[in-house]
Amino acid sequence: MTAPLLDIENLRVTFPTSTGPVDVVRGLSFALGRERLGIVGESGSGKSMTGRAILRLVRPPGRVTADRLHFDGIDLLAQSPRRMRLIRGARISMVMQDPKFSLNPVMTIGAQIAEAVLTHERVSRVDLHSRVVAMLEAVRIDDPDRVAALYPHEVSGGMGQRVMIAMMLIPQPDVLIADEPTSALDGSVQAQVLDIINEQITSKGMGLILISHDLNMVASYCERILVMYRGEVVEECRADALADARHPYTRGLLAAMPHIDETRDELPVLDRRAWTTP
Amino acid sequence: MTAISLRNLDIFYGATKVVHDLTLDIAEGESVALVGESGSGKSTVLKAITGLATNWTGAIAVEGVPRSHRIDRRCARQCQLVFQDPYASLHPRKTVDDALSEPLAIHGIPDDGRRVETTMAAVGLDARLRFRFPHQLSGGQRQRVAIARALMPEPRILLLDEPTSALDVSVQAEILNLLKRLRREQGLTYLMVTHNLPVVSFLCDRLAVMQKGRIVEIAEVTRFKTGELASPYARELYAAGASRGC
Repeated sequence: MTAPLLDIENLRVTFPTSTGPVDVVRGLSFALGRERLGIVGESGSGKSMTGRAILRLVRPPGRVTADRLHFDGIDLLAQSPRRMRLIRGARISMVMQDPKFSLNPVMTIGAQIAEAVLTHERVSRVDLHSRVVAMLEAVRIDDPDRVAALYPHEVSGGMGQRVMIAMMLIPQPDVLIADEPTSALDGSVQAQVLDIINEQITSKGMGLILISHDLNMVASYCERILVMYRGEVVEECRADALADARHPYTRGLLAAMPHIDETRDELPVLDRRAWTTP
Repeated sequence: MTAISLRNLDIFYGATKVVHDLTLDIAEGESVALVGESGSGKSTVLKAITGLATNWTGAIAVEGVPRSHRIDRRCARQCQLVFQDPYASLHPRKTVDDALSEPLAIHGIPDDGRRVETTMAAVGLDARLRFRFPHQLSGGQRQRVAIARALMPEPRILLLDEPTSALDVSVQAEILNLLKRLRREQGLTYLMVTHNLPVVSFLCDRLAVMQKGRIVEIAEVTRFKTGELASPYARELYAAGASRGC
């Protein structure tokens, strides 16, 4: 494998509280190549903060420190806000959870996607339009010319999320961070959106960080999985070896999920005291 | 005895018909799931039963008594709804005690405060949480409060609108266990809306698959577990669930 795209060592995100500073991410280390990595955890496990910390989107009073936070040889922590803006979107981009809150309600979809290109490149108007339409087609929107002229409230959740993906992919970044990209969507649409992300990632040879609380979903779309609990990685494994996970937390999560052919009368509940050190 | 009987039910939002000719009988003590993608009209059915969607034609009967189009207190007492998102369904400025006492006041049920206590115990909420506000509780605790709120007037039927989809997997397991235990202990009837098929498999006896406002198939869960579904759409749903390894 070549040098990793993202190289993170001992990442910490700290927030001050009335009872002293609290670490929400505690000493996270991983490297990401041109591969698909899943980060799984419950709410409050620090998985979203990890994604935000990579893009330097943690606002004060939150503080990010790391021994190393490198992207393609660039030290992200040493970049000025201005330099950071050149990386954000163009090199690393992020798909947020809910298209309803992440799209600009007073801009047409076409204009928003075009804006993503214009922020980072100079393109002629004709090229711009054809690129927007081609991108919308790539995320399987049937009638791209019509959809480009619509406002976000005029499209469904699944379509909105595809628009978000189009917007994030059009500047051709190297790494895509998808933070719960499908949890606002329902079952059948979820699979569709993930397939689109997957197809785009593999065809362009990008790196993907898929952040989710759904172990099964992550296992079927990623090669490698990090399981986070209270800001720490408790388990790292290959997706196909998830069934052999050793950490009691991972095993607990797996057991707590009902199956489609469920026969158990009661689901096992996580006993959190079993593995946490005070 | 049928707990809920829906006959030739059409439901409209304005001029748009969102549910078409729906007929479904739910026996007392049974647990039935309405499954389908968003926009298929499954939540609308629950809304019509509780009186939140009033523009319908056909017949709705709860415990054998037909429901009118107006506010129906008897029906409301027997048939309570639990909403999807406990972050949105509890009043942010009312304590757990207020939230649980209100149904008693509405239905004129006399009480010395012991009912709140016993219901909290039944859903596994610590008595110390009684005077807390929703923001002081975790997601799982809030959903327990929402379920307790629904149980206060001692209904025979619970309508559940995606009761666990806003919760983490481990918390979901706790709530599912709770719902299963409550049904066993109190002999409740469940009508649950969900798109999570494993949850159906765990909690329900029968499922009705909806597509575009119509029921395309009603099947026993035992048949569903082995994948023996008749309609192509239901099989597609099953395949989507199974391929995700759940």
